[in-house]
Amino acid sequence: MATEGHAPTASEYVIHHLTHLNNTGHAQENIVDWSVINIDSMFYSIVIGALTVFLLWKAASKATSGVPGRFQGIVELLVEMVADQAKGIVHSAESRKFVAPLALTVFVWIFLMNAMDLLPVDLLPRIWEGVYAAGGGDPAHAYMRVVATADLSATLGMSTGVLLLCLYYNIKIKGVGGWVHELFTAPFGNHPLLYPINFAMQIIEFVAKTVSHGMRLFGNMYAGELIFILIALLGSTATVFGFFGHVIAGSIWAIFHILIITLQAFIFMMLTLVYVGQAHESH
Amino acid sequence: MENVLGFVALAAGLIIGLGAIGACIGIGIMGSKYLEASARQPELMNALQTKMFLLAGLIDAAFLIGVGIAMMFAFANPFQL
Repeated sequence: MATEGHAPTASEYVIHHLTHLNNTGHAQENIVDWSVINIDSMFYSIVIGALTVFLLWKAASKATSGVPGRFQGIVELLVEMVADQAKGIVHSAESRKFVAPLALTVFVWIFLMNAMDLLPVDLLPRIWEGVYAAGGGDPAHAYMRVVATADLSATLGMSTGVLLLCLYYNIKIKGVGGWVHELFTAPFGNHPLLYPINFAMQIIEFVAKTVSHGMRLFGNMYAGELIFILIALLGSTATVFGFFGHVIAGSIWAIFHILIITLQAFIFMMLTLVYVGQAHESH
Repeated sequence: MENVLGFVALAAGLIIGLGAIGACIGIGIMGSKYLEASARQPELMNALQTKMFLLAGLIDAAFLIGVGIAMMFAFANPFQL
């Protein structure tokens, strides 16, 4: 790693910014490792989740039927947008009472977590290095990744949550017997010879939906964050070209990234609604 | 060791390049169809727009998952011996 003597090389800088602050102190070796907990992702997702719930609660508590303020205006806009989408997809009003607020929370939560990507790359990690060094640690090992949705374990965790919700609604709407019957007869019809194929198709469908749902958000945010890091490398060359390149390329990518952030949060919300809606219709 | 890194770099480039071909063609076709439809029926423009953005995200999904994995190969290289 970067010893005190010289500044980090380009790849050390990138790898340093890609390493999570986890309970093992170094990067995660193998792909699946249940013992590793990414403390920074947990911290940022929980804090931003609490902020989301607080914002929506404050808007709801201060809602007046009179002239709405800007804050209430934007929350109303969001609620109407999510309600319209939910009405179009989830047809049972009774389960919509739970699913629409869930979709709204998911949208605002993921949007705010994604928006952390717009902060300068070194802002929070450098503050954390100071705190870490003050606490007696070696600053070169003070890792921090600010964007929780650029962490595969976080996004797959969210999509697994959506999967569990779908299983719950499948059982609630169709009953365990109805759902198990559907599992074995769904795509190709009710013939004993087709049972294994039907069951395999259903399992593949559930797994594919969950993995693509989580990986899509991860892929977009990870690529976006990495491009911000690479642009920051441009600035670290401390040349006039490098500095202006960093400022121009960084602002262009940040402006485009605002669209990606909103779009990915919208897509995650829409797919949550679509998957729960699918759990209602029988095949 | 150099061979591994060389092939990893090639793999990352191929993943991103081929993924980009698919995503761009898909969005190009969808965009042209969307413009055609909104030209033919302007009142449907808004409804189609939200669906177009949703589909644009879905089309980009495979490409950006590939880009995510290719960049993971490039920087946090799991193939180092």
